[in-house]
Amino acid sequence: MPQLGETVTEGTVARWLKQPGESVEKYEAFVEISTDKVSADVPSPVAGTIRELIVAEGATVPTGAPIAVIDEAGAVAAAAPADQPPAPASVVSPPASNGRNNGATAGGARVSPAVRRLAREHAIDVATVSGTGTHGRVTAADIVAAATSAPVAPAAVRVAPPSAPPGDELIPLTPARRLIARRMVESKQTAPHAWTMVEVDVTNLWAWRMAEKDAFEREHGMNLTLLPFFMFAVAESLRAFPLMNASFHENGIAVHKNVNLGIATATEGSLVVPVVRNAEERSIRGIALAAAALIERARRGKLDVDDLSGGTFTVNNNGAAGSILSAPILVPGQAGIATMEAVVKRPVVRNDAIAIRSMMNVCLSLDHRVVDGALASGFLADLKKRLEAMGPSGAL
Amino acid sequence: MAKTVTARAALDRGGLSDEQLVAMLWNMLLQRQLDNRGFQLNRQGKIPFALGSEGHEALQAGAALSFVRGSDILVPYYRDLGLVLGVGITPLDLLTNMFAREADLSGGRQFPNHYTARDRGVLSISSIVGAHCTHAAGVAYALTYHGEGGRVVLCSTGEGATSQGEWHESINFAAIHKLPIVFLVENNGWAISTPQSEQMAVVDVADKASGYGLPGMICDGTDPIATYRTMKVAMDRARSGGGPTLVEAKCYRLLAHSTDDDDRTYRDRDELAKQRADDPVPKFERVLLEAGIIDDAGLAAMKADVLKQANDATDAAEGLPYPSVDDMTTHVYAGAAYEPWLE
Amino acid sequence: MVPERALENRAQANGLIASSDGGPHEVGGAQPGAERLSNLEAVRMALHEAMVADERVLIVGEDVGKRGNVFLITTGFLEEFGPKRVVDMPLAEASIVGIAVGMAMQGLRPIAEIQFADFIYPAFNQIVGEAAKTRYRSNGDYSCPMVIRTPYGGGVHGALSHSVSIEALFYHVPGLKIVAPSTPRDIKGLLTAAIEDPDPVLFLEHKKTYRLIKGEVPEGHFTIPIGKADVKKSGTQATVVSYGYNLHQALEAAAQLETEGISVEVIDLRSIRPMDKTAILTSVRKTRKLLIVHEDNKFGGIGAEISAMVAEEALFDLDAPIHRLCGPDVPAMGYARPLEDAFMISTERMRAEMQKLVQF
Repeated sequence: MPQLGETVTEGTVARWLKQPGESVEKYEAFVEISTDKVSADVPSPVAGTIRELIVAEGATVPTGAPIAVIDEAGAVAAAAPADQPPAPASVVSPPASNGRNNGATAGGARVSPAVRRLAREHAIDVATVSGTGTHGRVTAADIVAAATSAPVAPAAVRVAPPSAPPGDELIPLTPARRLIARRMVESKQTAPHAWTMVEVDVTNLWAWRMAEKDAFEREHGMNLTLLPFFMFAVAESLRAFPLMNASFHENGIAVHKNVNLGIATATEGSLVVPVVRNAEERSIRGIALAAAALIERARRGKLDVDDLSGGTFTVNNNGAAGSILSAPILVPGQAGIATMEAVVKRPVVRNDAIAIRSMMNVCLSLDHRVVDGALASGFLADLKKRLEAMGPSGAL
Repeated sequence: MAKTVTARAALDRGGLSDEQLVAMLWNMLLQRQLDNRGFQLNRQGKIPFALGSEGHEALQAGAALSFVRGSDILVPYYRDLGLVLGVGITPLDLLTNMFAREADLSGGRQFPNHYTARDRGVLSISSIVGAHCTHAAGVAYALTYHGEGGRVVLCSTGEGATSQGEWHESINFAAIHKLPIVFLVENNGWAISTPQSEQMAVVDVADKASGYGLPGMICDGTDPIATYRTMKVAMDRARSGGGPTLVEAKCYRLLAHSTDDDDRTYRDRDELAKQRADDPVPKFERVLLEAGIIDDAGLAAMKADVLKQANDATDAAEGLPYPSVDDMTTHVYAGAAYEPWLE
Repeated sequence: MVPERALENRAQANGLIASSDGGPHEVGGAQPGAERLSNLEAVRMALHEAMVADERVLIVGEDVGKRGNVFLITTGFLEEFGPKRVVDMPLAEASIVGIAVGMAMQGLRPIAEIQFADFIYPAFNQIVGEAAKTRYRSNGDYSCPMVIRTPYGGGVHGALSHSVSIEALFYHVPGLKIVAPSTPRDIKGLLTAAIEDPDPVLFLEHKKTYRLIKGEVPEGHFTIPIGKADVKKSGTQATVVSYGYNLHQALEAAAQLETEGISVEVIDLRSIRPMDKTAILTSVRKTRKLLIVHEDNKFGGIGAEISAMVAEEALFDLDAPIHRLCGPDVPAMGYARPLEDAFMISTERMRAEMQKLVQF
């Protein structure tokens, strides 16, 4: 942004006279800039081709801020500052031939080993991450931020947004939202989702929870919900039905040794799935503490890569918001996701008599490549039995 | 009989008893036998390398006798096969060293004729000519550090080493501090292929001493008694706090430098033959025979015994195992850790 | 020879100090009293305490006795300990070390001083071929417990023969240990450790820091383990590994960057051989970016070994190429001020490199 005037500190791009791909002569006008003092056409400093328009029409930026990138004819790449950083940032690598290649970016800067590894671990396509490093390089910190969906300032808008009808609001995609969108599509398009549910009588379980609640709160300073009980039972059922704790691969179904339970957790503007590892080895209390710590870190945006990786099955406490039925989308790479719905007092038939019982629906989405209906039903039946057997005589 | 008495009376035994004279001859015979054994084993293809010390037997036997075992410290060089035998290194030590067995004093790490025996007062050396001289000076300094006296360092080199700067630095330091040390130069006339005339401008190495302020003495290194007498004076001087001495013992190197050296390329055969005629071993045999201190039968028995000891040591050493490769990383530092990166 | 008065004495010396953290890796109980000493005074204190504590310890070198060392480190030692233990050696570096080797083999604990590191070359065989190999070649029969102390480094108008760094020549050698502490506390702890070490230790003192750097030093006996580095400043966005005078510059640069919200971790290597792999890797795995700074020539300097190790063990943690900021590959720094300044690494240059690395 040139300084049009002695005391001017910012300028507005009134109108682009050239678009990306067009050639421009030296001194040829390529943009119209307006300030509160003056409006003027700005001549191009070089002859070449417009590569990128950084600032949108109507946007105001401080003087000195970059507004466009022009590839000078006969020279390589954009104008670089005098103290050139090491070469790797400015080398263009060829686009990946494999559509799922997480290592290289299409036509972008080289990817460092750390970025390559982290991107692979989190199944993130580097091309979808906006970079904060030199020359727009995607840094390891950028990948970690994308994976943990920490609230990031939206990347500078690179392309002018499509014009929207008045009154509509266009919310720019954060890296987190972009990632969630991509993964949901990937999950639905890859795994054939099937769905089933059972009704569970949690009257005794509820009573147990109420009996333990106060002591637990005194000892650990937090609320004891049904979630850790649910997760405990799920872990046990998964041990009995290992195929529910598996992943589909082209060369076989990988049955996982440990039960690492992901907990679908809503954060501000995003959704993350932190993982309680080795849930099958933990007590209800242990799961409660681990889950609470993860959820707390998630709310603060402080999850790290270890918190988010290695999940084998996911649970979702939809009932907390009042839902009684839901059809969740699988986390890519997992064979099942189970929800606990709201606990509702309902009249049911017991021993041929009407009784008021606390009922909770448990829903299950499953990957039909790995699991058939019979197995899924068996798993849910087993889970139901365990949950209905839990009561105040149990140990946390 | 009269001849024997005359010979006995004529022998200047330097204060030595019959037993001591016979002991010197024994050392010389043993040195000659083991020295030859090294060459034999090498020519048989059994050991890769050997260094010869033929011609030094009288010198080293005489010097060894002036050394007080259990008290003095020897800092030898690589041709001191007889000298180390004379201070307590055994034939088995020599052979295990030649065969590079694990039982070798250095665990099979060192070259032939490089010994280490702290318990017998033999310092460990490298192959860098002259580098041990400063060590010898440092050892001598340590011997008097607490104000004690009576212990001496015997540092031996060839005449070639006296060209090394560090040799000069060592005798200089020793003279300044009047250290209890004798610098024995075994001048055999040759440093591999370099004759003395090209090694220095003086004929007598002992002349180098006065420039540094210590006495220089010369003796006939082909005569063990002569060597002993000179060495005794020097060692006693050091022992009594009189400071260092440079002793030059003149002898002749009768073999090539080592099994890797062919001295036909640089030595005159006639000269060698002339020197061979003055071979100190048969020379001293004759001296003792003529003096009646030993007889032919006794000499033959000695030689047979020497040969048996050499054979026994050879057989024993050859049957011992090589060092284990697992031992390669020991003794780099005091503890077991040797890696440069601390984990 | 450079008179010590010619050394710079910068007023902002205080601003360059970061005292070593008294972390769990330090050994020995420090006495309650602590003094504020310069690096030079820390050397002196360690030497003095060792001489008092162990009568086998003696100091040998040129001008160490009557002159008290050309930097006045051993002033008064001759009077206190006598000529047997403070030995003015003849002007012959090879034998200064070689005689000390003999002393050590015979049970004493000599501390040999080479007046300037630039003069150490004649003693090369005695250090590398003799001292370093004594234990190994004798299969443990003999050992060589000695210290070779020498001032190194430039920035004091010392020109070609009073300014070199020598660590790269020697750190290659198994059997030798090398330390180069940068702060008074580290100097005392490591010099004491070196004197007590059963193996030969090359102790490097950056002469520019002799009077420039001051810090708290506990009185009384304590040691710092040889081989352990020290994180002098914690950070998250890049790791800087350095030692000597550069270490203090790196701390200053990092402090400046901290005020701009840039967080750089600075590791003081302290030991060159052995070197602290765990400290370096732990830091690099956290920050993912590594800058090595040393005054010594770049090619074959110790930065090369650190780079190779990190590339071997933490390649997939690196978010940027490993960067080395080092002295130029010319024989030595010239006497003219512009030549010396061009050779020495300025704090501004360090700061710029750190910033660039963080932003990469």
